[in-house]
Amino acid sequence: MLNTVYQLVAPRRIDLAIEDVVVAPSAVVVRPTHLSICHADQRYYQGLRDPKVLAEKLPMAMIHEAHGEVVFDGSGTYSVGQQVVMIPNLPTEEHPYIAENYLRSSKFRSSSADGFMQELVVTTANRVVPLPEGIDLNVAAFTELVTVAMHVLDRFDATANAGRSAFGVWGDGNMGYITCLLLRTRFPEADVYMFGKNPEKLADFTFATRTFVISEVPADLRIDHAFECVGGAGSADAIEQIIEHIHPEGTIALMGVSENPVPVNTRMVLEKGLRLLGSSRSGLADFQNTLALFQEQPQVVAQLSRIVGGVFDIHDTSDIAKAFADDRARRFGKTILHWLV
Amino acid sequence: MNFAAILAGGHGTRMGATDKPKQFQLLGERPIVIHTLEKFVLMPEFERVLLLCPVEWVEAAKDLVATHLPASEKVVVISGGSTRSGTIQNAIAWIEENYTTDANTVLLTHDSVRPFVTYRIIKDNLAALESHDACDTVIPASDTIVVSAQGKEIDSIPLRGEMYQGQTPQSFKLQALKEVYSELSSDEEAQLTDACKAFVLRGRPVALVEGEPFNIKITYPVDLRIAHALLGQYE
Repeated sequence: MLNTVYQLVAPRRIDLAIEDVVVAPSAVVVRPTHLSICHADQRYYQGLRDPKVLAEKLPMAMIHEAHGEVVFDGSGTYSVGQQVVMIPNLPTEEHPYIAENYLRSSKFRSSSADGFMQELVVTTANRVVPLPEGIDLNVAAFTELVTVAMHVLDRFDATANAGRSAFGVWGDGNMGYITCLLLRTRFPEADVYMFGKNPEKLADFTFATRTFVISEVPADLRIDHAFECVGGAGSADAIEQIIEHIHPEGTIALMGVSENPVPVNTRMVLEKGLRLLGSSRSGLADFQNTLALFQEQPQVVAQLSRIVGGVFDIHDTSDIAKAFADDRARRFGKTILHWLV
Repeated sequence: MNFAAILAGGHGTRMGATDKPKQFQLLGERPIVIHTLEKFVLMPEFERVLLLCPVEWVEAAKDLVATHLPASEKVVVISGGSTRSGTIQNAIAWIEENYTTDANTVLLTHDSVRPFVTYRIIKDNLAALESHDACDTVIPASDTIVVSAQGKEIDSIPLRGEMYQGQTPQSFKLQALKEVYSELSSDEEAQLTDACKAFVLRGRPVALVEGEPFNIKITYPVDLRIAHALLGQYE
């Protein structure tokens, strides 16, 4: 099938390409309807990645957060018109104990395969998950980001020591918001402390037990475990502060992406017996768990709707450019694209 | 109920030194017409997809469909007429023989040599028929249009902002289309190169649907080169 794909060919330049895609008899074809911009897309779009990396990856369609409607399902699993969220991770093998999102052989949309900026997405039945009926479709657009936090929480819960009374989340951006919200939902009795730079943004974390501006954290504050959602140049300071306030044998879940190596005070990691838990992306089970949470706890979806930022109707490449420019200017909140190309 | 009619009646007379109609020439690894059919076959909105070919190509077209679109019980290959309106009327006749039509039955017609039609254009055609009996896919004219009845001197130059280039699909309520065809004089019918014009001649509204610049019609050899370039195949 001839499929129109909107690819980033150079920083800030999106061109359309037409690809002849094979639609296997058991394929699922989805019409993307709602897309959401991630920081990773923005880094590609602005040309902030290493030029060598850009040269290897482009041209490539961006966006790995999206849902759409089933147009065709040769597997007979879904009904035509059913709303499904699409999984960007594309495993090519199964492994007895390494999860699909850590297999080096897996492809990932908007990184090593075309993302969801396509007329139609040809995929398979196990790469889509039905959306609950009546869900806020703008929130559902960034389901993938929520699955990443869900994935971290599951890994954390399976490996961390038994302390569950006080958690700290560093980073007052979208990921921090989502992680804080999921912690509050999963551990309703625990104290969930939020650490950020901007008091105005922190005021939106209404579900946190307390919020702290990072320059004003009481010296005696202690937490069992920490979630680092800062990334970039701020990672090092955040990890340093976490090490200072975490109880011995606590787990630090690292979630923020950085382009450069981040210095870590390993002496104190050793002395305190800390665990650093790296996590990235997510897989089928995380999507299923997240959508089950959306269905069972609609207040989570309501809280997530508060971070819907700009919503753009996309008819052509100039609309895409406007949406990315607005997203860049917006320090907080998710930019949603209604895909009408 | 919706039907798509893929009009593949051309004999390829403009395609240069080849006797194969252009719709059956290869674009990448498959014939152009197969690319065009595929998107309509996938879309559940269409009950059947009719492929209307020159009579001598009907059997070959059936073979091509069986080879390239094996799961496509939806495709029906029949012969077209000697003119565009004759071909469309063959489609109407087949549908009426095999289905019961009503005022909401839709016939979408599309050139077999426009393989780059998008899902959005097709959906917008169907949506336009919720308020109109006919719609036409167009893009704003990028070149200035010059009118010259005799082809020697300019008669007029219309405002470019009011000019559009017609593409396909053109979509119709089947019964309304049949009605306007029946009202045409034989002179009018002979001059009819465009099904929407039948509605315009009767003063009936035709909605515009936005096309795409890349929804090109592969008419000349250079178009096939452009089509390959769009597919990233520059050879």
